[in-house]
Amino acid sequence: MLPLVYLVVRALELDVATLLELATRSRNVRLLGNTAALAGLVLTGGTLIAVPLAWLVTRTDMRGRRIVTWLAVTPLAVPGYVMAYALLGLGGYQGVMMRLFDVLVPRPSGLWGAAAALTLYTFPYIFLNVRSALLGLDTSLEESARCLGLRPARVVWRVVLPQLRPALLAGWLVVALYVLGDFGAVALMRFETFSFAIYTQYSSAFDRSNAALLSLMLLVITTALVALELRLLGRRRYARVGKGVGRQAAPERLGRWAPVAWLFVAASLGAAIGLPLLTLVGWIALVPPGLGQLRDVVGTFLGTAMLAVPAAVLTAVLAVPVAVAGLRSRWIGGRLLERLVYLGYAVPPVALALALVMFAIRFAPGAYQTFPLLVFAYLISFLALAIGPVRSGLLQVNPRMEETARSLGRGRFMAFAQVVLPSIYRNVLAGGALALMAVMKELPMTYLLAPSGYRNLAVRVFGLTNEAMMAAAAPFALAIVLFSSLFVGLLLTYEGRRDG
Amino acid sequence: MKLTKAIATTLLLGALTTSLAQSLTLYVGRGEALAGPIIERFEAETGIDVVVRYGSTAELAVLITEEGAASPADGFWAQDAGALGALAAAGLLAPVPDELYADVAAKHRVPGNLWVPVSARNRTLIYSTDRVDEADLPQSVFDLADPRYRGRVAWAPTNASFQSFVTAMRVTHGEEVAERWLRDMIANGAKAYSNNNSQLDAVASGEVDFGLVNNYYLLRRLEEQPDFPVAQTFFADGDIGNLANVTGIGVVAASDQQETMHRFIAFLLSEEAQRFFTNDNHEYPITTTVAPHPSLVSNDEAVRAAPEVDLGAIDDLEGTLELLREVGLL
Repeated sequence: MLPLVYLVVRALELDVATLLELATRSRNVRLLGNTAALAGLVLTGGTLIAVPLAWLVTRTDMRGRRIVTWLAVTPLAVPGYVMAYALLGLGGYQGVMMRLFDVLVPRPSGLWGAAAALTLYTFPYIFLNVRSALLGLDTSLEESARCLGLRPARVVWRVVLPQLRPALLAGWLVVALYVLGDFGAVALMRFETFSFAIYTQYSSAFDRSNAALLSLMLLVITTALVALELRLLGRRRYARVGKGVGRQAAPERLGRWAPVAWLFVAASLGAAIGLPLLTLVGWIALVPPGLGQLRDVVGTFLGTAMLAVPAAVLTAVLAVPVAVAGLRSRWIGGRLLERLVYLGYAVPPVALALALVMFAIRFAPGAYQTFPLLVFAYLISFLALAIGPVRSGLLQVNPRMEETARSLGRGRFMAFAQVVLPSIYRNVLAGGALALMAVMKELPMTYLLAPSGYRNLAVRVFGLTNEAMMAAAAPFALAIVLFSSLFVGLLLTYEGRRDG
Repeated sequence: MKLTKAIATTLLLGALTTSLAQSLTLYVGRGEALAGPIIERFEAETGIDVVVRYGSTAELAVLITEEGAASPADGFWAQDAGALGALAAAGLLAPVPDELYADVAAKHRVPGNLWVPVSARNRTLIYSTDRVDEADLPQSVFDLADPRYRGRVAWAPTNASFQSFVTAMRVTHGEEVAERWLRDMIANGAKAYSNNNSQLDAVASGEVDFGLVNNYYLLRRLEEQPDFPVAQTFFADGDIGNLANVTGIGVVAASDQQETMHRFIAFLLSEEAQRFFTNDNHEYPITTTVAPHPSLVSNDEAVRAAPEVDLGAIDDLEGTLELLREVGLL
């Protein structure tokens, strides 16, 4: 929290009049408009892809639903800057399409380019949420509605969609936070949003107050979003009331609509997975990397993993006490701590990194440009990711077991360690895997905070792409994608268990 | 457990070896492809470990200013004279011994020996050979604000070489002219890219027809890809758009490795390094001991084209950044 407070201090170096003038100057209004337009497009696009996909894999008799589910989550393994890189490398006179197939595809850029890149890798967050919700819905409500004479389309509109609201809101929030925090994709697409502008101000102004001010404005927006989501979810009830068993839906027969469904699946997943793979593999085929470069890729990969693994382990380990405190503590500090962790997740990475750089230079020069500081930043940003699975695991542990252990003479700590930990151990692993994936592809914090000379895969991809060295960037990007997709599998098995 | 142990051992060993061997921390505001190979050669020849932090020149100059006395950097290798001038003016660079300038042409001496030029280059105009007729080429960089070029020109406002050019325009033509040109260009739909290379790509891929870059990027690209559909030209002789500039290196005043830095600088001015700059990078050598690569426009022609600007006078980077922010480019 302290570094964020320091942001306020730095912003306040300006007098109030200048501050007001800066905050409302037309450029910032434009940034706000750009950021909002981008978020709107990405949310709309993502929903239009994710909701039909989720419905197809949960409620219909379409074949290959498992594979489609798996494929629909895989884009999570493609970071935004790689997606942007893929779209850029595909088009233009010098792009992969032109060189391999002699087809001229215009290069995307600006709002539409950034929106396409972000939509294609964030829609799985909406998909996962909606899919879980659809699996958990009690269909007797839909059946009642039909019995009362509502046509099927109206049933979807009046009964199903309202019940999906919490899932959609949760997915939208995650995606919106991604859009606000994204730095790589918008930078490559040359579209100015807040995060991009913060970086530009940071890197090109001797006076840091402007960057600090923009960071604060972005922070206010993310906090407002989180608060808005809490408010919208509000005090509505979505659980079954009364006794009886929830009914599972009978699968909808697709019949002659099946080809249309398949076309939709092929188009959306082809764009999200096929395009980046085509570009990456295309570049590698066009300009095969030499031995020296391969050694460089392996070295960078090891360097990335060397930092990511300990960071993920630390995150998973710390997630346990924080989740316990949030769930069980009667002391208000416990719940406050958990809230703070979620706030950390919502803080845009560029703003967090900037705050830590300025704070460390002034007050902790010993920590400046060191691995501990970078790991600390990862921790602030990604602890919430690991807490999610741990928390739901804890909720499923029957408190009686722990009580029994204590009545048999075990102390509080031992009872927890011997009874609770073994049953949530898989959840802790899943939390760690989420954190690991996040750290492996992290860009802005690593770029700004890492010790000189240390560059992870993401920084290499971004640096090379930024210099328009598309072919050289391909093996690094492919390494990230392959590594992350390994963990998507792990994530899905966890998700699957939770639904079952 | 085994894995954590292995990682811990590796990290510890790494820390030990770096603390035992001599090591330099260098902030480099140049592209990695242009600076990395020669730094590696220095490491191989001397056994001195060079830890490099790459970034944009302005970004690193600002960072060194913010770090002040606590800066971990020993040296700063900048893409242009402006950023070094700004740091020198702020008292953040330490003077270097006279001997280092032995082979450097007199016109490239820097007042107070506060930094050392390493290689030279020109600003130039690139254009698409597919879509631009030679009769359509502008005579002056000011012509690009003409409606004829609406939406067809690329530039890189965050790039240090561009920023130096703007500073030179402010110094030579005055604040008002520079500001009007920037605003006219924006109104004329100039498109912003992150650097020189991405402008080359944008011209080749058809997003724009012209770009404002340094002279060696295209030469490098043509070597890899002879059919690359882009060419370059100077504006009329003496036009500010042909600004000659240098890359340079300075020793950070807070560094406790002054002498090792001097060794590194001497290496950059050695025949071996100068040959690398001109033969591999296609920049102009800064020392009189090495001849420019044949792909370069001859020294005489480059000198004739360049405007007369004293590089020592274009140190107001802060003013240029403010101007660029004011017109909305940063």
